[in-house]
Amino acid sequence: MSGLASVFSTCRAESRAALIGYLPAGYPSVEGSKDVLKTMVSAGCDLVEVGLPFSDPVMDGVTIQRAAEQALRGGFRVRDLFGVVESVAAAGGRAVVMTYWNPVLAYGVDRFARDLAAAGGLGVITPDLVPDEGAEWIGATDAHDLDRIFLVAPSSSGERIDLAAKSSRGFLYATSVMGVTGARDVVSSAAPALVKRVREHTDMPIGVGLGVRNGAQAAELAAFADGVIVGSAFVSAVQDDTVAALTEDLATGVRQVATPA
Amino acid sequence: MSRGQLAPTPHDPDEGGHFGRWGGRFMPEALIGAVDELAAFYEKARVDPEFLDEFARLLRDFAGRPSLLTEAPKFGAHAGGARVFLKREDLNHTGSHKINNVLGQALLTKRMGKKRVIAETGAGQHGVATATACALMGLDCVVYMGEVDTERQSLNVARMRLLGAQVIPVKTGSRTLKDAINEALRDWVANVDDTHYLLGTAAGPHPFPVLVRDFHRIIGVEARQQILEKAGRLPDVVAACVGGGSNAIGIFHGFIDDPSVRLVGLEPGGDGIDTARHGATLTAGTPGSLHGAMSYVLQDEDGQIAEAHSISAGLDYPGVGPEHAHLKDIGRAEYRPVTDAQAMDAFALLSREEGIIPAVESAHALAGALVLGRELGPEGLILVNLSGRGDKDMDTAIKWFGLGVES
Repeated sequence: MSGLASVFSTCRAESRAALIGYLPAGYPSVEGSKDVLKTMVSAGCDLVEVGLPFSDPVMDGVTIQRAAEQALRGGFRVRDLFGVVESVAAAGGRAVVMTYWNPVLAYGVDRFARDLAAAGGLGVITPDLVPDEGAEWIGATDAHDLDRIFLVAPSSSGERIDLAAKSSRGFLYATSVMGVTGARDVVSSAAPALVKRVREHTDMPIGVGLGVRNGAQAAELAAFADGVIVGSAFVSAVQDDTVAALTEDLATGVRQVATPA
Repeated sequence: MSRGQLAPTPHDPDEGGHFGRWGGRFMPEALIGAVDELAAFYEKARVDPEFLDEFARLLRDFAGRPSLLTEAPKFGAHAGGARVFLKREDLNHTGSHKINNVLGQALLTKRMGKKRVIAETGAGQHGVATATACALMGLDCVVYMGEVDTERQSLNVARMRLLGAQVIPVKTGSRTLKDAINEALRDWVANVDDTHYLLGTAAGPHPFPVLVRDFHRIIGVEARQQILEKAGRLPDVVAACVGGGSNAIGIFHGFIDDPSVRLVGLEPGGDGIDTARHGATLTAGTPGSLHGAMSYVLQDEDGQIAEAHSISAGLDYPGVGPEHAHLKDIGRAEYRPVTDAQAMDAFALLSREEGIIPAVESAHALAGALVLGRELGPEGLILVNLSGRGDKDMDTAIKWFGLGVES
C-alpha cells in the first residue's frame, strides 16, 4: 500500500474524510513554515501539502500568489523544500508537495523525486503537468516510490478522467470550481457532480479543493469527498495567527458527516 | 489572395503540439477542454473555403493587405551596400502585423459561439488589434496589461478604451507582459465556457503556436512573391525580430522550404547578453516550461522565471514560441541578439534615410540587417520584416535621443 493510501484507509475506517491542509514552504519564512506546518499536523491535518513557491503561479489566486512572492523575496530556494518536508515527518505528520512543473524540470526530474522521497515526502501534486506530458515524471516517481497526483476538473471529459485516474497513485485531486485558488463563501455546486462522475471511473480516493475556508464548508465536502483540501484559508490564518483554531474547526467539520464508504 | 496559407504543412507539430522536443501542453487540466475545442475548430476552419474566404476578405478590406514591399536603398548603403527590402507590415490597419492573427482568432471565436475575448498585451499593439477586431465583430473585450506597461504605453491604453475594451492593469509579479499572461490565464480558467483567450504570439499551449503562425503565414506568402517580382530572385537572408516570435515565424514560413534562404531572428539584447538586463531567450535561455509550452526560457537555476529587459515593450518577454526553439535546434534558423543601442541607431537611421519610422521592435530586425549586409557585401539581398510602425514609440525616442522641446 502506498503511503497515501494508508492515510485514506485510516480515515475511511473512521467513516470520515481526510483533512488536507496546504502551506507554501518558506511562508512566512523557511523556519516559520516549519512551525506552522507542525501546528497544522498537531491540530488535526491528516495530510499536509507543502507548496513550492513559483514566480508564475497561474493556478493561484491572489492570497497564495502573495505568499509565494513573500517566500521568494525572503530568499527561498528549492533545496529548502526538502528540509520543510522533513520537518513534517519529524513532527509525526505526512506530507505531499504541490509544485508547478518548471522548478522540477530545472532541479532535474529524477533528482527531485529522489530528494523528496529521501526527505520522507509521500507524493507530488502537479497542477500544470497533465499525464499526456508526464512520461518522464511517471518514470521518476515509480523509480523512487513516490505517489503522484494529477488533477481533474469540471471540464474534464470522461476520457481525460480515465487518463488522470490511470496515471495517478494515492489519490485524485478534483478542482471543485473552474477558477484559481482562493477561499469562497459558497462551495461550488459543480463539486458533487464532478466527484460522482469520477467515481464512475475509479475507486481511488478523491480529494476536493478550491474555495474551502471553514468547518461548515468542510462538512459539506466531506459528505461526498474522501479528502477536503484547504489552501488559501491557511495562508490567511498565518497572517491572523489563527492556524490552530482553523485546523480544529476544519477537523471537526470533516467529522460531522459520514463519508459514504 | 492566396487561400493556401492555412493549409497543413510538413512543418506542423505532432498531434500533441510538439515541434521536436518543444511545445506541447504544460497547463492546468481545467483548460485542456478549451484548447482541445480550439484545436478541433481550427483543424476544420483551416481547410474550410468559407472560413478562408471570410479571412481573406477581412485581410484585404479591413486590414489593407497585401502590404507593400519597399526597397530601402539609402538604408542599404549602410548595410554594406546590400539590397534591402522591407515588408511593410507597419502599413496594416492598427499599425503592425498583429492584426492578421487577431482577425483569424476573432473569426474562430465567433465559430465557437463564444461572446467574450480576453487578451494580454505588452506594448499595447496586440491589445489594440484585439480591441479593434472585437469592435468590428461585436465581441466583448478585456485586455490584461502589466501596470508598468500601462504607464509606458498610456496612448495605447486610451486607444483600447476608445475601441470599447476594458483594460485591466496587472499589479502582480514584475507587472509586465508575463504577468499579464498569468492573469489572462486565471481569467480564462474561470470563464472558459463563454470566453476565448486571444493569445497574441506564436507561443502558449497547442494549438496556439501553429494557429498564430498560420494566421501570419500571409506575410511570407506575399513577401516571397513580391521579392521574386522586384529583385528577380530569392533573398539571401530573411530577418525579423523575435520576442514571442509571431511576425518572424509568419515571414519565415514563406521561405522555410527554400534551403538557400537563411532565416535570421533578432532578439532583444537589452544592455547586452553579458548583463542581466536583456530578453534574448534563444541566445541565452535554457529549456523550460512557461505559459503552457516547453521552449527556451530566461530563468534562474531554481526554475524561477526571470524578468526580461528590453527598450521595446513588445519584445520584453522571458519566453519564446516553441517552433523557434525547434528551428534553432535543427539549424534551419539562426538567432542573434541586438542591443537597445543598436536597435535605436537603426530606428533613427531608417527614419532619416528612408522616411519610415519603424517600431522599436522592428528596429531590432533592421539593426540585424545592417550587420548581415556588411557580412554579405554589395551582392547581398536582404528581406526585413518591418513588423510595425513607430508612432507608439515616440516617448521612447524622446527619452533616448533627447528630442524634447528644450533640446
